[in-house]
Amino acid sequence: MILTGAQILWESLMKEGVDLVFGYPGGCILPAYDAMLDYPVRHVLVRHEQGAAHMADGYARASGKVGVAVATSGPGATNLTTGIANAMLDSIPTVFITGQVPSHLLGSDAFQETDVTGITLPITKHNCIVRTPDELARAMKEAFAIARGGRPGPVLVDICKDALQKKAEFVWPDSVSLPGLRAFEAPSPKDLERAADLIGQAERPLILAGHGVIKSGAMQALQQFAERTHTPVALTLLGLGGFPASHPLSLGMMGMHGEAYVNQAIQQADLLLAFGMRFDDRVTGNLKTYAPHAKKVHVEIDRSEIGKNVAVDVGIAADLRTTIEALNAIVPEYRHNAWLKTIGAGQQETRGRDIIHQPDSGNLYAAHVIHDLWQATEGNAIVVTDVGQHQMWEAQYYPHERPRSLITSGGLGTMGFALPAAIGAKMARPDAEVWVVAGDGGFQMTQCELATLQQEQLDIKIAVVNNGYLGMVRQWQEFFYDKRYAATPMLSPDFVKLAEAYGIDGKRVTKRAEVIPTVQAARTSGAATLIDFRVVKEEAVYPMVPAGANLDAMIRRPVTEEVQA
Amino acid sequence: MKHTLVARVQDEPGVLNRVSSLFRRRSFNIDSLTVGGSETKDFSRMTIVVDTARTPARLVEENLRKLIPIAEVRDVTDMPTVDRDLALIRVRCDASARAEVTQLAEIFRGKIVDVAVDSVIVEVTGDSGKVDGLVDLLRPRGILEMVRTGKVAMVRGTASVAAAS
Ligand SMILES: Cc1ncc(C[n+]2csc(CCOP(=O)(O)OP(=O)(O)O)c2C)c(N)n1
Ligand SMILES: [Mg+2]
Repeated sequence: MILTGAQILWESLMKEGVDLVFGYPGGCILPAYDAMLDYPVRHVLVRHEQGAAHMADGYARASGKVGVAVATSGPGATNLTTGIANAMLDSIPTVFITGQVPSHLLGSDAFQETDVTGITLPITKHNCIVRTPDELARAMKEAFAIARGGRPGPVLVDICKDALQKKAEFVWPDSVSLPGLRAFEAPSPKDLERAADLIGQAERPLILAGHGVIKSGAMQALQQFAERTHTPVALTLLGLGGFPASHPLSLGMMGMHGEAYVNQAIQQADLLLAFGMRFDDRVTGNLKTYAPHAKKVHVEIDRSEIGKNVAVDVGIAADLRTTIEALNAIVPEYRHNAWLKTIGAGQQETRGRDIIHQPDSGNLYAAHVIHDLWQATEGNAIVVTDVGQHQMWEAQYYPHERPRSLITSGGLGTMGFALPAAIGAKMARPDAEVWVVAGDGGFQMTQCELATLQQEQLDIKIAVVNNGYLGMVRQWQEFFYDKRYAATPMLSPDFVKLAEAYGIDGKRVTKRAEVIPTVQAARTSGAATLIDFRVVKEEAVYPMVPAGANLDAMIRRPVTEEVQA
Repeated sequence: MKHTLVARVQDEPGVLNRVSSLFRRRSFNIDSLTVGGSETKDFSRMTIVVDTARTPARLVEENLRKLIPIAEVRDVTDMPTVDRDLALIRVRCDASARAEVTQLAEIFRGKIVDVAVDSVIVEVTGDSGKVDGLVDLLRPRGILEMVRTGKVAMVRGTASVAAAS
């Protein structure tokens, strides 16, 4: 079949099962847009290409499928970069398609030419430039294989305008053979035995479960393993939902804003079973003093992560689910009652300090907003957060029972992620209740996508946690810079009116008692709603491990002030 | 410590860029990097000498392996290898010193490949230690210009970094 490059592009996307793309047109990608009209594909017109990237990302996180975004050359492509980097750091399978100037103009500084493969080299898993239509089908097939394969990630295909216009025979390759794309390796019996031995010797074992649990679909295997070996489970931010929060062995989140008893348990443990996580500095604190008594078993799909930050006793570079299932087949049952009791005591102590157990003081605390949102939605929503204090409060006060129910920017910490990612998530899971939880700062970074939301008629609920500050930065200034609030107080528009300007219902909440009724009204309205929660301005996320400090050197919530309130 | 990695890579535009970008981004320290043709048409071979004071060689190797065009990487540091470095050294040398410089070069199996009024170019090939040795001896005479290819290495015997995979 002789087709134009543009047709080959869409034929290829059809072959990959793509029926939805997020994008923004422009000169060099125009032939692709023209051809698109002849294919059964839904195109979501964004308001800024960063939004398209986050939507593809949110779509991929919610569905487990590959998300696709399209942009034109030059500024279109450079606007994607924040979103590409975000997908890279959280290993999200995404394919980015950018138009490029005609091949004969490459390198001439032609209008809207930028070296897109050069710019995105360090923030993609792989990228390539296509100069002729006959290369295109293979490039697309490879892009999807690479995006999904092994440790997933973003792949960018930069296509010259003439490659879209010229014709070639469309041949869809049966398979791809890429030297660097390696097949899954099974865990070796020897490594499994060594891990099982350490599990057998441990008295204070702890599972550190990360994003890999969700990506490899290891939830059930993990639960079985934890129950069988009576091992408590601490989760990374991106691991939340990978193990049911209500499970007696679930400890919640570890790291910088993890609960004190979780970090203490890590420091006391004699065995850490790191499952699909990468010992990021936000979860380890000072590496020199990290988990000093623990032997470490690290199961991780990406070999280059093993031994990168933390030296391990057993490293298994393999698919997590396969590995845990193999362990389940060889480890006997264990009981660790004494250890769980020790952790339980810490849990008790934390409860006493928790703001959630303080009486209503007349102030609206963000933590209460999140807690009440959880209650009103019965924990069943997909929550998509932005980055900042509200993100950490979400992680602390919205217990997640299921995988893919929390969508958040972990590795890059990208403000502006929430709204577009939620649009992607809602399109992946149209029947799910999707809530945006964003700060007043980050929401303004991509609020233009409210128009996209309306144009696509999406029923998404938005909670703006409005504290009048770039709260997380203000908190660092409070703790570490003598409360010198440089450039963190922030003026915002009237979010209610802003929503209304886009044709979206806007509500304002200033008292705790209004939280649940307003959330319930939004839930039953059947249309998008934005709620502006005017929360206490200078509130901090506790506990906090200062960057680079020992994991158990936490700043705790002062007990007195709240009890008096 | 220095480690020598040998990689077989797909011969396509930008591969070298991918490798050097990786090293730059992760602050891996390259001592030398050579690329050239291999026994198969579409593949080249790289020999990379890395300083592993900051990053264990294994991690450098695993990171290289993640690059899509890289077919195979092997750390050959502890294997028996033939390794060679080629240097061209322009050394100050008038007519009266030519015999002596020629002799020095010959001790290292080097040779004079160009003669000018007050300098000569010495070519020497060998493992890096041997090349260093000659450079040290020539330095007091005044080295005007030097170019080295960096190390290329091949495992002895049958244990090749092979096209078989
Ligand atoms: C794009 C981007 N710029 C800057 C930062 C640094 N940063 C991290 S949290 C934060 C404050 C976020 O403020 P807001 O959105 O109001 O959320 P809050 O912390 O108040 O809940 C900033 C500026 C970032 N993470 N991302
Ligand atoms: Mg704020």
